Amino acid sequence: MSDPMEFLLWTKGPMFDWALAIFAIGLAARIAEIFVLGRKPNYAEPRGGEMGPGFRTVITRTVADRGTFARAPFDVVLGTVWHVGFIIALLLFIPHIELLDNLLGLSWPGLPNPVVDAVSAVTIVALIAALVHRIMHPVKKHLSTAEDYLIWLVTFLPLVTGYLAYHRLINPYPLALSLHILSVEIFLIVLPFTKLIHIFTAFIARWYNGATFGRKGIES
Amino acid sequence: MSELSLQRGLAVLRDQIDAPVAAFFSSCVNCGLCAQACPFYVETGDPRYTPILKVKPLRLVWEQEYTLWGKIKSMIGLAEKVTDEMLDEWEPLLYDSCTMCARCSLICPVGNDIQSMVRKTREGMVASGHAPEGLIGAASRAIRTGSPMGLKWKTLSAQIRHVEASSGLTVPVDQEGADYMVLLSSMEIINFPEYLEAIAKIFVHTGVTWTLSTDCYEATNAGIQIGNKDIAAELVQRIVDAAVKLKVKNVITPECGHAYTAMRWEGPNLIGKSYPFKVFHIIEVLDDLRAKGRLRTDGKEADRLSMHDPCNLARKSGVIDEQRHLMDMVAEDFVELKEHGKYQWCCGAGGGVSSNERAEALKMAAFKRKKAQIEEVEPERMVTMCATCRTQLEEGLEEFNMDIPVVGLTEMIADHLVEKKSST
Repeated sequence: MSDPMEFLLWTKGPMFDWALAIFAIGLAARIAEIFVLGRKPNYAEPRGGEMGPGFRTVITRTVADRGTFARAPFDVVLGTVWHVGFIIALLLFIPHIELLDNLLGLSWPGLPNPVVDAVSAVTIVALIAALVHRIMHPVKKHLSTAEDYLIWLVTFLPLVTGYLAYHRLINPYPLALSLHILSVEIFLIVLPFTKLIHIFTAFIARWYNGATFGRKGIES
Repeated sequence: MSELSLQRGLAVLRDQIDAPVAAFFSSCVNCGLCAQACPFYVETGDPRYTPILKVKPLRLVWEQEYTLWGKIKSMIGLAEKVTDEMLDEWEPLLYDSCTMCARCSLICPVGNDIQSMVRKTREGMVASGHAPEGLIGAASRAIRTGSPMGLKWKTLSAQIRHVEASSGLTVPVDQEGADYMVLLSSMEIINFPEYLEAIAKIFVHTGVTWTLSTDCYEATNAGIQIGNKDIAAELVQRIVDAAVKLKVKNVITPECGHAYTAMRWEGPNLIGKSYPFKVFHIIEVLDDLRAKGRLRTDGKEADRLSMHDPCNLARKSGVIDEQRHLMDMVAEDFVELKEHGKYQWCCGAGGGVSSNERAEALKMAAFKRKKAQIEEVEPERMVTMCATCRTQLEEGLEEFNMDIPVVGLTEMIADHLVEKKSST
């Protein structure tokens, strides 16, 4: 696979299929692992509903309350910036949309390349800042495990390889593109088996949170 | 502790894991924001008090027993085991530095209800023999005597006679078919006897029939605080039996936060069925009587008052507007603490912390958050509706030489009742 073209064909072909399959099976298994556990019946007379408040919290928990923002503004701003930036780079970059269109048959309007480029640059800087924060902040430092640094790297690589490929900073271009695709495949493979699973399970967790509080009549 | 008790603890932890717990642990990315929601972390700056870290024993059991990846890690010897030494180290984290106030559950960006997991982890701590002496004492006294403080009916009976003599009213005992069966807390009976007189006056004023039960008058539940569902269920069952015997339709829990959540939310699940009666916190009953026009007050307190929402009542039960309606009736100059209602800060004493002598220093450290909140709005007095919060506020304010008396809302309402002759 010394030939960049051959490497590109491999990353776009068999490797991509493997990554997708591992991602899909792993994701399904992880979600099933959660739901098979179920919940015990609740006999306490409810003060409010579960369904509506659950979905409400799925949305509202995206934004920090005022007090938390005041106490940890750096966490909140940085976390929001890089998550939003990551999603924009992933879903609103026109070549990505074309790929997803081929794959899923779904398409939507994208953003002009220079905009996505700027967003990506900001996201890369924000992710580096998040890493420094994780190493420096006493709570984050105390909590962090090897897995936290691993998923940081796995998240960082697709962005940085994408940025390098877009700006033709790695040559030849097929190699740059291959490295970018490979980094995404690593992301997909690692996702179901690490905390990256929160991309999906956080919505389930938020629903349970909102439902639990909602049943007691509190908007959470 | 023995290998046997460790295994028993692990089995109990396994039994606690359900879909929400699995969703919560799957979603945690160690962002550490829950620390910013916790008065124990905020006031000490010690990262060990980060809420999600307190439930690590439960997380390890979940990962190793309920995830494929965790099972593989276990098999190849990569998994960190829950050991007796670990549980020893975690005991103060779970009991001394957590009041189960649920503020972290409201703040966590991925939606983890960490408080519910602390409650679950404590079950495993008790089963494995890692619970604080103070709570073990309270729970065994509650089972033995009916009161976590070892109080006997004759103490309450003396109190009743005292109230009857000073108010000229009758405190009904074992009255079948009364509208409400009233529960008390030992702490209230000892520290705040004025509560009993206040409700006697209010119920006469509003024309409500009520009764105490000699079988069961204690509302608190040391089983829930320590984390033992069998003790907790037994204490709930005693109340249910007393209420059924007296054929009451409603049971009122006193100015005590956890007694309300224990009866209102956990109780039916502990005994495995719904109650044949409704459960209300006294504040809910008073607000209902207000809304119906039966509770009428006269005159207002003129000094600057602020209010502490008990976590169990506000954030954990949704009773937030009721106390404000009542405050409006009797307070001329009421100022809210900046973060109040569901976002209020815990006083630092709930969830069994106040029964755990070892936690004394941490309890006062956590109070500094409340103190800072109070200093921001400079009230002349604080009002609250939980005997544990009230005791903590009184002790804390005294510790820091702040001359701010603390009053119970029910008593304040009782002080302003329209005289009977003019109320008709």
